[in-house]
Amino acid sequence: MDLKDLYRDVIVDHNRHPRNFGKLDPADAHADGFNPLCGDRLTVYVNLDGENIEEAKFEGSGCAISVASASLLTEAVKGKSRAEVRELFDEVHAVLTQHDANVDPSRLGKLAALSGVREFPARVKCASLCWHTLNAALDRATAPVTTE
Amino acid sequence: MSAAIGRPRSVDFDVARIRRDFPILNEQVNGKPLVYLDSAASSQRPRAVIEAIDNYYEHDHANVHRGVHTLSQRATDAYEGARETVRGFINARSTREIIYVRGTTEAINLVAQSYARPLLQPGDEILISALEHHANIVPWQIVCGQTGAQLKVIPISQTGEVDFAAFERLIGPRTRLLALAHISNALGTIVPVERFIARAKELKIPVLLDGAQAVPHSIVDVQALDCDFYCFSAHKMVGPTGIGVLYGRESLLEAMPPWQGGGDMILSVTFEKTTYNQLPWKFEAGTPDIAGAIGMAAGIRYLQGIGMERIAAYEHELLEYATARLSAIPGLRIIGTSPHKAAVVSFTMAGIHPHDIGTILDTEGVAVRTGHHCAMPVMDFFKVPATARASLSFYNTFEEIDRLVAALEHARKLLG
Repeated sequence: MDLKDLYRDVIVDHNRHPRNFGKLDPADAHADGFNPLCGDRLTVYVNLDGENIEEAKFEGSGCAISVASASLLTEAVKGKSRAEVRELFDEVHAVLTQHDANVDPSRLGKLAALSGVREFPARVKCASLCWHTLNAALDRATAPVTTE
Repeated sequence: MSAAIGRPRSVDFDVARIRRDFPILNEQVNGKPLVYLDSAASSQRPRAVIEAIDNYYEHDHANVHRGVHTLSQRATDAYEGARETVRGFINARSTREIIYVRGTTEAINLVAQSYARPLLQPGDEILISALEHHANIVPWQIVCGQTGAQLKVIPISQTGEVDFAAFERLIGPRTRLLALAHISNALGTIVPVERFIARAKELKIPVLLDGAQAVPHSIVDVQALDCDFYCFSAHKMVGPTGIGVLYGRESLLEAMPPWQGGGDMILSVTFEKTTYNQLPWKFEAGTPDIAGAIGMAAGIRYLQGIGMERIAAYEHELLEYATARLSAIPGLRIIGTSPHKAAVVSFTMAGIHPHDIGTILDTEGVAVRTGHHCAMPVMDFFKVPATARASLSFYNTFEEIDRLVAALEHARKLLG
């Protein structure tokens, strides 16, 4: 296990300077996510233009992995359709959890930086919390989701 | 930095010899020698405990209180002998006051359901403090929900001490039980329970102490404390997981109904009427954790062999050294700064989430707990989502604290 693989420069940068951080008001949908194991809490907001995500923001507090992952997510999903977001989620999930998953930077972009997380199983939930929360927002669910 | 903060030298404490008793301390984690600083979550076991359990299964195992055959007798003798060891360890009057349970959590639940529930009326009050572990909160919430009683909470100060003046205002004619941690797991505060008990006794209010963190690190004498219930777990005091003890004052236990029914807790059963067994077996339904009790007693004998006073003195030196070294790290904030503490250092670091601290330390072989420590209200009070916690035990060394500090400096460089 190499720490540099987990805390890559992109992750460290997005943790120190999270993008699209803050409340979206008004928002078409939002959802709260909570990881009771480590106390990560975040809210993901989206504005939709038909089927497409026009804007995504988040706020909350958490570890470097969860904050950086949420920051990267808001950048990655902007302009994508719901269906494209689902596909992207599946790919990110595979990269986080499967050792043999192919990491394709041309499809994942900066999200590929999260691939080091799979060497640290205890941290997978940190990286995936924002994605579950986004899904909940897209489903218009308002009940808090949890990674447990 | 380390030159400025001198390591105290415990001439009369041979930690190197003690460490040889703990096989797990030879483990390598991520290519580094293990530095185990999570004993408040669960301690490690000396060979004496592991061997006592092995020996029991290899030579003596049968069910207890059942057969006339030799093994059943041996198992019963060992199991009941362990109860006497526990009695002596906490200076209870009688083994009738020593109930085996799964752990501190089950002990508190037993008291909530068997002692408090039949007694509580709507408007009655259970009094706890704001530094309690969830195990000393949730059982009371459940029984309050069942009875219409209310849970009252004594506030704590910014240093993590239970506010005695507020306690005096909160305890009153409706208080039916005071339930307090003896030592806080999240903050390390040693609660001056004697003062609280003395006041409760003036009002004839019974007192339960959650001793999970106290028993491994200090001398506990339930008669000197004059508490009514005392709860602890074997696995935090070098014993096995899955077993612990409820000490209860005999007169209270006698009056309490059993909380689980089954074998071993009865004298006679017909379909019309069952006569319950005597103390302590009235509260021990079903085949118990025989090996656990034997392992727990072996752990107690091991601790007594070193001496609880010497353990407490050495751990205090470790605490003072760790506090001084950690305080010198820029951006590090210690949560829980009572002048009276057990060897627990909870902390946060500016700009670095405790979960990241935990991962970075783990790659250096250093095991600490990160998270809310089953004390979410404590985290809320200090306005932190979580802390990292180094908890020290008598098998830790000053050199290991240096390893912790070096790993924290590494974390600061990486993420701070």
